[in-house]
Amino acid sequence: MEQKLIVSSSPHIRDEGSVTKVMSDVVIALLPATIGAVYFFRTNALVLILIAVITAVLAEAAVQKVRKQPVTIKDMSAVVTGLLIALNITAAAPWWLPMIGSAFAIVVVKQLFGGLGKNFMNPALAARILLTLSWTGRMTEWVSPGPDMISTATPLSFVKGQMAVPATAPGLFDTFAGNIGGCMGETSAALLLLGGLYLLYRGVIKITIPAVYVGTVALITLVYSGFNVHFMAYHVVAGGLLIGAIFMATDYSSSPVTDKGKIIFAIGCGLLTAVIRLFGGYNEGVGFSILLMNVATPLIDRYSVPTIYGEVKKQNA
Amino acid sequence: MKLGKIFSRGLVLDNPIFVQVLGMCPTLAVTSTAINGLGMGVATTAVLFGSNLVVSAIRRVVPTKIRIPVYIVVIATFVTMVGMLMNAYTPELYKALGIFIPLIVVNCIILGRAESFASKNGVIQSITDGLGMGIGFTLALVVLGIVREIIGFGTVFGAQLLPAAFEPMSIMTMAPGAFLALGILMALFNKAVYPKSKS
Repeated sequence: MEQKLIVSSSPHIRDEGSVTKVMSDVVIALLPATIGAVYFFRTNALVLILIAVITAVLAEAAVQKVRKQPVTIKDMSAVVTGLLIALNITAAAPWWLPMIGSAFAIVVVKQLFGGLGKNFMNPALAARILLTLSWTGRMTEWVSPGPDMISTATPLSFVKGQMAVPATAPGLFDTFAGNIGGCMGETSAALLLLGGLYLLYRGVIKITIPAVYVGTVALITLVYSGFNVHFMAYHVVAGGLLIGAIFMATDYSSSPVTDKGKIIFAIGCGLLTAVIRLFGGYNEGVGFSILLMNVATPLIDRYSVPTIYGEVKKQNA
Repeated sequence: MKLGKIFSRGLVLDNPIFVQVLGMCPTLAVTSTAINGLGMGVATTAVLFGSNLVVSAIRRVVPTKIRIPVYIVVIATFVTMVGMLMNAYTPELYKALGIFIPLIVVNCIILGRAESFASKNGVIQSITDGLGMGIGFTLALVVLGIVREIIGFGTVFGAQLLPAAFEPMSIMTMAPGAFLALGILMALFNKAVYPKSKS
């Protein structure tokens, strides 16, 4: 029998919006950081970004061919995933690192769980964690911006285990502008914020998750350092916090639906990030914390269901 | 039921790992290399063979109410024997498997076969069932071990397989790699055994 009903997940609203439009907006929002990565890390960055994006798109097409489903590479979602993976690795990475990352993100994390909108965690972040756990050395081989690729430390490694920012660490302004070592896309806070503002303006994301997430990290680092604002600002602009909060924690399918849920989710992300950064073994905790909260999302959704109009809490027995 | 059918059921249609999803603790914990998987599989098969034999032989004299403790005592006896044998003849493997050898006592495949098969069938059928289930378990562990060892170390049974330029993907030697590999193998197994299934 022909399938006459189209079964899809809510919300069922007719409007001009489409997956392609939303995903294209995300790509546009990521452009400043991408161009920044190419400017700071030159040809290497460009090659790695192209490899990641092309692999992601080809992997999506291949899986959908094998599963005999309509090929949806034109909706740009694979491009976003590939781009995010590239921005999450170091510019000194070998060519196969983004390739494996993109293939894993699309094939295992996205398509094996049903494809777009059905992934239970952010594919790009899952790929980043996979790569970090598998090739720790390769993934933490940071280089300084510029054509020479001199190996360097990330700003977060300077403040690890410290109560204040040491004098030897890169300056706050350099960290904000992106003139530091680190993953290609997370070095420049300014360019990421620019992309975030565009997404907010276009209504692609709500401010709730990024604001509460960054706010929680800021508050904890502020209290931890004995109200050292410099230390707090450093933790906010350094590392992957901004790219994580703006582009990854806001992933539709792996973050809660309601505002209340989003706030719980973001506080959880912030708490875990701060705890890992201040007390954990790793310098950076954004990846782990968002993935952990992704897994907790169904639970949060279940306990943050809004009251329906006219619903009575309990009948008087 | 014919003996051949009882035996082959454990290999494919009722495979303890890919179909019944039993004994996940040793499956996920010790299959980081093929040799560990093989060792665990053979040890479990030996215990399964012995416990099915004895449980079936004493099935008419064991009171129903205390059958579970009786089965556990039987199983524990065989596990202790297997453990001592391994400690004596394969000390390296014994060390590599560690706590998971004594834990065979609580492996649900063994108690499951005792309860659902050996306690209701004759000795010959029970031995056949134990061997079939044990070999099915061993095959699954070895396949899982080979996949994880190739990707995680670049070797098979300790022999270098991939060129030295290959950088091993060390996540496959950790717990997440075990889950990933098992899930994908299980999916492929189901696809191969039930190709027409729609669900």
